[in-house]
Amino acid sequence: MLDKSLQALTAAVTLDPVRSSSSERGVVYVYEAPVRLWHWINAAAILVLSLSGYFIGSAIPTMPGETSDNFLFGYIRFAHYLTAYVLTLGFLLRIYWAIVGNPYAKQIFYVPLWRKSYWREVWHEIRWYAFVAAEPKEYVAHNPLAQLAMFFMFTLTIAFMIVTGFALYAQGTGNDSWQYRLFGWVFSIWPNSQDVHTWHHLGLWMIMTFALIHIYTAVREEIVSRQSIVSSIIFGEREFRD
Amino acid sequence: MGGATETFYSVIRRQGITRRSFHKFCSLTATSLGLGPLAASQIANALETKPRVPVIWMHGLECTCCSESFIRSAHPLAKDVVLSMISLDYDDPIMAAAGHQAEAILEETRAKYKGQYVLAVEGNPPLNEGGMFCIDGGKPFVEKLKAMAADSIVIIAWGTCASWGCVQSAKPNPTQATPIDKVITNKPIIKVPGCPPIAEVMTALVTFITTFGKLPELDRQGRPKMFYSQRIHDKCYRRPHFDAGQFVERWDDESARKGYCLYKMGCKGPTTYNACSAVRWNGGVSFPIQSGHGCFGCSEDGFWDKGSFYDRLTTIKQFGIEANADQIGMAAAGAVGLAVATHAAVTAAKRLTRKPGRVAQEK
Repeated sequence: MLDKSLQALTAAVTLDPVRSSSSERGVVYVYEAPVRLWHWINAAAILVLSLSGYFIGSAIPTMPGETSDNFLFGYIRFAHYLTAYVLTLGFLLRIYWAIVGNPYAKQIFYVPLWRKSYWREVWHEIRWYAFVAAEPKEYVAHNPLAQLAMFFMFTLTIAFMIVTGFALYAQGTGNDSWQYRLFGWVFSIWPNSQDVHTWHHLGLWMIMTFALIHIYTAVREEIVSRQSIVSSIIFGEREFRD
Repeated sequence: MGGATETFYSVIRRQGITRRSFHKFCSLTATSLGLGPLAASQIANALETKPRVPVIWMHGLECTCCSESFIRSAHPLAKDVVLSMISLDYDDPIMAAAGHQAEAILEETRAKYKGQYVLAVEGNPPLNEGGMFCIDGGKPFVEKLKAMAADSIVIIAWGTCASWGCVQSAKPNPTQATPIDKVITNKPIIKVPGCPPIAEVMTALVTFITTFGKLPELDRQGRPKMFYSQRIHDKCYRRPHFDAGQFVERWDDESARKGYCLYKMGCKGPTTYNACSAVRWNGGVSFPIQSGHGCFGCSEDGFWDKGSFYDRLTTIKQFGIEANADQIGMAAAGAVGLAVATHAAVTAAKRLTRKPGRVAQEK
């Protein structure tokens, strides 16, 4: 098992930027069904979490009428917690799939910062996005720059949000809860939990910024580069168009 | 100072307190500690048989609001009970002795009850300039603190000053005022934060330690679990308005008159661990939120440095300007959004101006 995953990791690390000649039609199966399913459930969860989270931070306009007739803020918080469980469970299953899935499924969980060739390729991608390089290179999965953004802006931020989120949740469930036992150490780093609220809130904007870049580049590359992007995360296959 | 075998009970009787009053106190204390009915007789038994534990109460850089709170304890009455029976051997603002006489008590207690007395510290020592910013009895307070701490059995850090640092350690902290647990590292320390802490919490804690001869269970931050396990928010009587989404938005609006939730006015109840909303103040009369003002979070670490007391999203100083998470996040997302839009425009322009023939050539 360990051997196998190590082999797979090596395979993933040494992904050839130029597509292999074996794919004659220019089509490679990249995103397996569990990855695609996770992507869309995760995207929906982030949408719900961001909206409900924003309202929890800034609160809603005062509700008119009897107090006992209203429970809107309670429902907003409930939606946040429920969706947080969906996101967390999805993230755990996604980690599992990184272990058992194809090499491309591992890409968002590491960055080969130690490889010189990786940085060369990042540089090329930067030149491509700066309109200096005339043509992008072709990659079966994420390009090196995308991988960098994916790991630091998405994977690490989501992990941070899960940890701080459950720590804040433990404030409500109490000091005897499993949430506090597992995530209470966060309050050793920030003894005043107000700081944890602030950092969790900054995480929301990090994810928002990521989503902006992610959606823009996905749509842009679908149009201007020589490969499929948006359709790949729906149907799983990457098509090279020349 | 009594003999080594002196008990609390013998001191109480000598003070002229009747046995009946003594049992009343035991029941009251058992109740305030949340113990069962049998605990009252256990407390009585302990006080009758166990040797009394002397308490030395020292004052560093502080405002004496902890002592002011302590002497207003209503259940049990500090006047009748704590000051006379919990053997407060030394507390400079309220004791009769002064000058050399007072300092002699410190030395006497230290020698006679080595490793047996409780050291209660109100305020904290400033460490800059060799501790010269707080001189007590002709010596820097930090030296006196270290000397008395060395032979104590446990230290109680009274108030936010002793627990976290409070206003004197707020940025830029010119005197380098430092909380007790950063100065004394080899003794058990109980933090009782609050500015000031609730009187009943203070007397119950002293009674618990001296009666049972052991420390109460402490949480991750070193606070007694019995009083600091829940937030103000968890026991707040305005909580139903929070869940309903009914908030005060201005100090003089209709919601303020109706007593709605103060969340939007920057109430720190959701992040503050203390017993105010359960025990309340001034003999259970009220507490800040009941009086229409949000919680400051005075029992929390660095509460002076978290920006305005009236903002829900607190200031983040690391970014140089005073901005909150929303302002910073929106600025970042806005900048990226602008960059994305520009990038998209350049991409479109490049594609539109590119001649069809050139595309074929490139291929």
